[in-house]
Amino acid sequence: MNKLNFLRPDIENIKTYLYLGIFLIFISILDVSLNAFFNTNITSFLPNFISFLLPLILGTVGLHFIRIEFSGIKNLDLLNKNINTNAFNAVLTLLIIFAIIKSLPAFLSWFFIDATISGDTKEACTGTGACWTYIKIWLNRFIYGMYPNELQWRINISFIALIALAFVGLLPSEKIKKFLTLYYVVIYPVIAFILIYYLISGGAFGLVWVETGAWGGLSLTFIVSFFCLIFCFPVGMFLALGRRSDLPTVRYISVGFIEFWRGVPLITVLFMSSVMFPMFLPEDFFMDKLVRVIIAISLFEAAYVAEVIRGGLQALPRGQYDAAKSLGMGYWKMHIFVILPQALKLVIPGIANTFLALVKDTPLIFVVGLLEIVGMLNLAKTNPKWLGYAMEGYVFAAIIFWIICYAMSKYSYNLEIKYKTDR
Amino acid sequence: MNFKLNKIIPQLVTLLAVILVFGFLTYNAQVNMDNRGIEFGFGFLSQESSFDVQFSLIDYDGSHSYARAYLVGLLNTLLVAFIGIILSTILGIIVGIARLSPNYLIERTAAFYVEFFRNVPLLLQIFFWYFAALRALPLPQDTEPMFGVFFLTIKGLFVPRFVWENLDIFFYSIIAAIISIIVIRNYARKLQENEGKQLPVFSISVGLFIILPLLTFLIGGVSLNFSVPVLEQMSNTSFKYKGGLGIPPELIALTLALGLYTATFIAECVRAGIQGISKGQKEAAASIGLTPRQILKLVVMPQALRIIIPPTTNQYLNLTKNSSLAAAIAYPDLVLIFAGTALMQTGRAIEIVSITMFTYLSISLSISVLMNWYNKKIAIKEK
Repeated sequence: MNKLNFLRPDIENIKTYLYLGIFLIFISILDVSLNAFFNTNITSFLPNFISFLLPLILGTVGLHFIRIEFSGIKNLDLLNKNINTNAFNAVLTLLIIFAIIKSLPAFLSWFFIDATISGDTKEACTGTGACWTYIKIWLNRFIYGMYPNELQWRINISFIALIALAFVGLLPSEKIKKFLTLYYVVIYPVIAFILIYYLISGGAFGLVWVETGAWGGLSLTFIVSFFCLIFCFPVGMFLALGRRSDLPTVRYISVGFIEFWRGVPLITVLFMSSVMFPMFLPEDFFMDKLVRVIIAISLFEAAYVAEVIRGGLQALPRGQYDAAKSLGMGYWKMHIFVILPQALKLVIPGIANTFLALVKDTPLIFVVGLLEIVGMLNLAKTNPKWLGYAMEGYVFAAIIFWIICYAMSKYSYNLEIKYKTDR
Repeated sequence: MNFKLNKIIPQLVTLLAVILVFGFLTYNAQVNMDNRGIEFGFGFLSQESSFDVQFSLIDYDGSHSYARAYLVGLLNTLLVAFIGIILSTILGIIVGIARLSPNYLIERTAAFYVEFFRNVPLLLQIFFWYFAALRALPLPQDTEPMFGVFFLTIKGLFVPRFVWENLDIFFYSIIAAIISIIVIRNYARKLQENEGKQLPVFSISVGLFIILPLLTFLIGGVSLNFSVPVLEQMSNTSFKYKGGLGIPPELIALTLALGLYTATFIAECVRAGIQGISKGQKEAAASIGLTPRQILKLVVMPQALRIIIPPTTNQYLNLTKNSSLAAAIAYPDLVLIFAGTALMQTGRAIEIVSITMFTYLSISLSISVLMNWYNKKIAIKEK
C-alpha cells in the first residue's frame, strides 16, 4: 500500500479514499437531515458556530476525497464530472442539497401533511398547514366568477364546443386543407363570438341575460385571452406589413401606431379604455366594458406581434421576394403565398412569447373592475368568513398559471420543431 | 401614370381613414365635454391637490399643486425602476451564468427558477409578496433586529440612515476620482499604442476610487454617522420607530417581485449572449498567446455584451413599464397618484391619462433612441 496523501487523492488508494469520502458525505447529510426532520442536533457538543458549519466542512472534505480522475468506476466519474469538478463546485453542490433537505419538511408539512381539505367551513382548518378547504369551497367562484350557479352549463358547453371546433384542423383531407387558414382567421372567430355572445351572455333563444360584470374567474381569463389572441394576430400582421411597406404614409402611420402602444404600460391603456375612451364615443353609444378591454388589450398586443412578425419578414432573403415577383405575383399574392408562410414559421417562438405575455397580462383587467381568477382571489381573501388564507389562494393561482404557460411554451417548442425546415 | 396611381391611391385611402377616425373621436369628445361643461386645458395642474401621499421622496403635502403630485409619482416610479433594475441585473447575471454551469445541480436549480418565475403573472407575484409573504412578518414590538440595526417588520423594513457632514466635499472627491481615472485610462491607452507598455489600469482605478474619498474623511472634515431606528411606544398598543429610514412594505414587495420576475428574462439574455460566442473565438485568442483572463476581457466579453445589452435594455424598459402595477398594492407611483387619485378628484380623464401615457412614452422612446445609437456604435463594421 502506498503512502496516503490526503491533499491529493490518487487512484492507487482509491478504496480508502472512497470509503472515507462517502462516510464523511454521509455524516454531513445525516446531520442536516436529522436537523431538518427531527429538529435534533447531533453535534450540539461543539461550539455553535462550528456545529453550524460542520456538515459543509465534512461534505467538502468528503467530496474532495472522492474527486479522483479516471477512477474507472463509471458512476463515480459521472458524479465527479457533473457535480464535483472542483472545490468551489463541491461547496455549491452541498449548499443546494442542504437547502433542499432543509426546506423539504417545512414545505411538505405545509402543503400535504398538516394541510386540511375536509369540511366546509373555516373551522375545519385547525392544522398549521395550508387550508385547501378554502380553495375547495371557493373553487366554483374561482372558475366561474359571479356567474349564476344554475347557468354554468352554458360556459361549459361553449368552451367544449370551441375546443372541439378548434380541432377541425386535424381532419385530414387535402381538399379542405386549402381553406384551413381562412377557417381559422375568419370563420372560427365569428363562430366563437356568436357562441360566447348568445350562449354565455344570453338574452336570446330563451336564455337568461347575464351581464358581463358577473363573468369572472378562470373562464374570464380564457375568454379575454382567447379573443385578444384571435384579434391581435391579424392586426399585428397588417401592422408589420405596413411598417415594411414602400408607401411612406402607410409606413409612418404603422411606425407611429406600433411605437405608441409599445411605449406605454398596459395598465394605462386599460385606464384609458375605462375612463377616457367613453368620452370619445358618440353620446348615446354604449360599449360594454369587457368589449372595451378586449379591444384595448388586442391593440396593445398587436403592436408586439407586429414587431415579432417584422423580425421574421426581415430575416427572409431578398431572393424570395424577387422570385415571387418574377413569377408575376402582385403584392398580396406574393405575401400570402410566399412571404408570410415562411416568415410566420420563423417567428413561432416570438409569437408564442407574446401570447404568453398576453395570458399573463389578463389579471390586469381588475383595473376596470372585471375580476378574473386573481381578482376573484383578492375578493375571496377579504370575505370576513375566510380571512387569512391569502397564501393558499395565491399558491393555487400560481400553479394554475404555471401549468397554462408552461404547456403553451412546450407546445410552441414542439411547433417550432415540427415546422422547422432547413434552408 | 398607372404605376404612380398604384402608389398614391392606397396612401390617400389610409390617410383619409386615419383622419376620419381621429376626426370622429375628437368631434365626439368635443360634444361630450360641451354637454358636461368641461373645458379642455391643463390649468388644473397648478391647483391645490388637497390629498396626501404616504411615501414621497420630495417635500409634499395636500397644500401643494397637482403638478407637484405628478412629480412625486414620477420620482416614486423612477425609484422602483432603479432599485428593480439593480436587483434584476445582479440576480439575472448570476442565474444566467449558473445556467451554463457544468454542475448539474446548479444548472437545474437556475433552470427551475427561470421556468417558475417567468411563467407566473407578475401581478400575482406582487400580490403574493405583499398580501401573503410580507403579511406573515412580525409586528414591530416582536421584531428581533438583524445584525442589530435592521428591523424587518410587517410595517416595512427599517434601516439606519446616513447622517453626513460636509457631504459636498465627499461628493466632489468622487467626481475628482472619476475624472482622474478617465485621464489615466486614456494615458494608458496611448502608452500602449505608442510604446507597447501596459499599466495596471484596473488596480490604479480601484485604488484611486477608494483612497480619494477616504482622504476626505481624514483631512476634509467629512464625517459619517448612522441614525439607528429605535422602537418607541406611542401608547399601549401602538409602536413606532424613531430615527433611521423606513422602507414601506409596498416598495419592498414591488421591487422584490419586479426584480425576481425580470431577472429570469435577463438571465436568458445573458445565457444567449455567452452561448453566442463561438468556440473558435476563444481558441483563436488562446492560440495567439492570450491568458484566460485576457481572453475573457478582450475577446469574449466585448462580443457577448454586444448580444446581451440590446435585449437587456428592453427588459429594463419592460420593468419600468411594469412598475405601473404598483397601483394594485397602493404604492404611490405615477399611475396611482396621478391617473388614480388626481383623476378622481379633478375628473379630467383626457388630460390626465394623456399626460401619464406621454410620460411613459417619452421614457421609452428616449431609451430606445439611446439604444439605437448604441447599437449603431457597436455594430460590426463589415466591408
